Amino acid sequence: MCLFQCIMNYFPEEVLEHVFDFLTSLRDRNAVSLVCKSWYNVERCSRKKVFIGNCYAVNPELVIARFPRFQSLTLKGKPHFADFNLVPHDWGGYVQPWIEALAKNGISLEELRLKRMVVSDESLELLSKSFPNFKSLTLVSCEGFSTDGLAAIASNCRYLRELDLQENEVDDHKGHWLSCFPDSCTSLVSLNFACLKGEVNAAALERLIARCRNLKSLRLNHAVPLETLQKILVQAPQLNDLGIGSFVSDPYTESYFKLKAVLQKCKSVKSLSGFLDVNPRCLPSIYPICTNLTSLNLSYAPGIQSNDLIKLIIRCKKLERLWILDTIGDKGLEVVAATCKELQELRVFPSDLHGVGNAAVTEEGLVAISAGCPKLNSILYFCQQMTNAALITVAKNCPNFIRFRLCTLNPVIPDAVTNQPLDDGFGAIVQSCKGLKRLSVSGLLTDQVFLYIGMYAEQLEMLSIGFAGDSDKGMLYVLNGCKKLKKLEIRDSPFGNMALLSDVGKYETMRSLWMSSCEVTYGACKTLAEKMPRLNVEIINENEEMEGRPKDKHRVEKMYLYRTLVGARKDAPPFVWTL
Amino acid sequence: METVYENGLNLKATELRLGLPGTDNESQTQTSSPCVKNNNKRSSSEMDTEKQESVSPPPKTQVVGWPPVRSYRKNVLQQQQNNPESDGSGMFVKVSMDGAPYLRKIDLKFYKNYFDLLKALENMFKCNIGVYSEREGYNGSEFVPTYEDKDGDWMLVGDVPWDMFTTSCKRLRIMKGSEAKGLGCNL
Repeated sequence: MCLFQCIMNYFPEEVLEHVFDFLTSLRDRNAVSLVCKSWYNVERCSRKKVFIGNCYAVNPELVIARFPRFQSLTLKGKPHFADFNLVPHDWGGYVQPWIEALAKNGISLEELRLKRMVVSDESLELLSKSFPNFKSLTLVSCEGFSTDGLAAIASNCRYLRELDLQENEVDDHKGHWLSCFPDSCTSLVSLNFACLKGEVNAAALERLIARCRNLKSLRLNHAVPLETLQKILVQAPQLNDLGIGSFVSDPYTESYFKLKAVLQKCKSVKSLSGFLDVNPRCLPSIYPICTNLTSLNLSYAPGIQSNDLIKLIIRCKKLERLWILDTIGDKGLEVVAATCKELQELRVFPSDLHGVGNAAVTEEGLVAISAGCPKLNSILYFCQQMTNAALITVAKNCPNFIRFRLCTLNPVIPDAVTNQPLDDGFGAIVQSCKGLKRLSVSGLLTDQVFLYIGMYAEQLEMLSIGFAGDSDKGMLYVLNGCKKLKKLEIRDSPFGNMALLSDVGKYETMRSLWMSSCEVTYGACKTLAEKMPRLNVEIINENEEMEGRPKDKHRVEKMYLYRTLVGARKDAPPFVWTL
Repeated sequence: METVYENGLNLKATELRLGLPGTDNESQTQTSSPCVKNNNKRSSSEMDTEKQESVSPPPKTQVVGWPPVRSYRKNVLQQQQNNPESDGSGMFVKVSMDGAPYLRKIDLKFYKNYFDLLKALENMFKCNIGVYSEREGYNGSEFVPTYEDKDGDWMLVGDVPWDMFTTSCKRLRIMKGSEAKGLGCNL
């Protein structure tokens, strides 16, 4: 035994535990678990937060056995491409078994964060009744529940601090879920119901806000009228984060004047979002808030035209995060570049989803942003066109990208000036941005871009590919080169069996691989599944006409494989075959 | 796409395809938008002469899941586009008055009923519109409010329920009473 180990073993476990308390990052905690048995035991018994990136990689019993005292659970369900309708509705990702197991085993759950999972009202009710210390529920892109489930949460979670509903499909029974918060509930810190479609009782909302003096974050849905917003803001001038659902009024009415006055007093609002319904002529009342804003999300507000957007943004000098629609135009992005010198994250979403070509941003806007915002490290950019020259310039200007996602509205569009593939442009990005962790590519792309990615993207963890590449070589460059790759998702690209089977061990180092509309065959998937028992190789077969299993040489339409400790899942629907 | 590549590989064997498995389609030319799984794709610059009747390229149909935008976001934007009242730009319509040197614009969204609208118009143009009656329209008024509806017809303001009016009104014209024969007056 070395000296270091002797010294460390001398410390009682409580000391080790105290030291480990300072380790907040999961990676650090995972690392210390590997040092020796006693560290493993101390760490596992003291871990409070558990993160599970794929709910089917483990089961609740295994998690509880290893971490008996955790209080916070994060679970992710469906694969990312489910966001874009590529995964059928009943694929899976149910939270019910998790809640049942946690309740049965006496876990003292305080926080639950779910993404792309199916959550039923029954699950929410069980959750609300099983954990007396439950404090925080965050649901992102989930489905399967209604406002009845929310009513259970409101009624039963006595110490609820956070109810955060982001972009969920919720069945709104237009009931009185909000009125179910008892008068004794004063603990709310964060309430986000922007994604709900129905009305809430305005008086109940006002009373709730008035008694929750610690409320910092409030995001309303579009059914909350302006008068109610005004009354709420009078009660809660301490808000940091405000989501305004509906901002429609005649600027000459009295309620508007009152609102204008109260907004001037909201000095602590740092984050603003919403504006699903908006009268642009009312926007000047927001100007006083702009000076302090660090985060602004107007990506659900197509009603605000470029001119009004510019008038707003020009006042937001401290902005660090901006989510916007492409209605802002290249000119508007130039204003952002000139004004928002602290900008770190930019997302430009398409306003015209039918791709008719009225999109208003091009490579010029991106170049302007890269030149004007030196702190930029994360971008999602939907654009009409792109050039290699622009991407090369962006790479030079911004070597600090951690996330770079480019989406051309025509997925196979070449360089707008030279008509060449966009390989060199993306090549410049991966070469320059040494810390790049997430990349999405689009436009006309050959195997060459993947050669660059494999060569330079050493820190890359997630890669999204669509309509790109010429041959298996492309995929091979990535699999061989990107040592830290965790998630790879590919659609409509000519990668086939040779690439899939070249390094089967690689997939155990990754969380998951998605391939749809590629060239892999059923036989190759079977081979892979046979060789790698600790992978689930799922084939999603939506072809109803097919009788029995396809022949080995048939192409597979959708394949999703992931590493797992617990074998094939038992809740797979009939159209999902685990090989 | 073949014209772009510099290497001499046989690309046909591994070329990018956007069709159903088992079908054998020509690849898209790079500048036209991709069609969704459509067996009858043709590159728009290489039409067969015999198919010249259908000259225009296929409509820009959607590729499933492209652009990659979350369904939630798509649904919200869709609803806002279907529901013009909520897109925030208001229901602005032009208002002309016979004899006035220029037109005005008003936002129909901010008026709750015909009474508010007509009062506002009277104030804006300093004219006298009077009171509507179903039988005789604005009989006797100096000025008569009319509007052009979605079908392009000129209608008398006041006949249909308010909500129906606001959704079908494209522009307003305040006619001189003397010219308004046949629109309800003196019938």
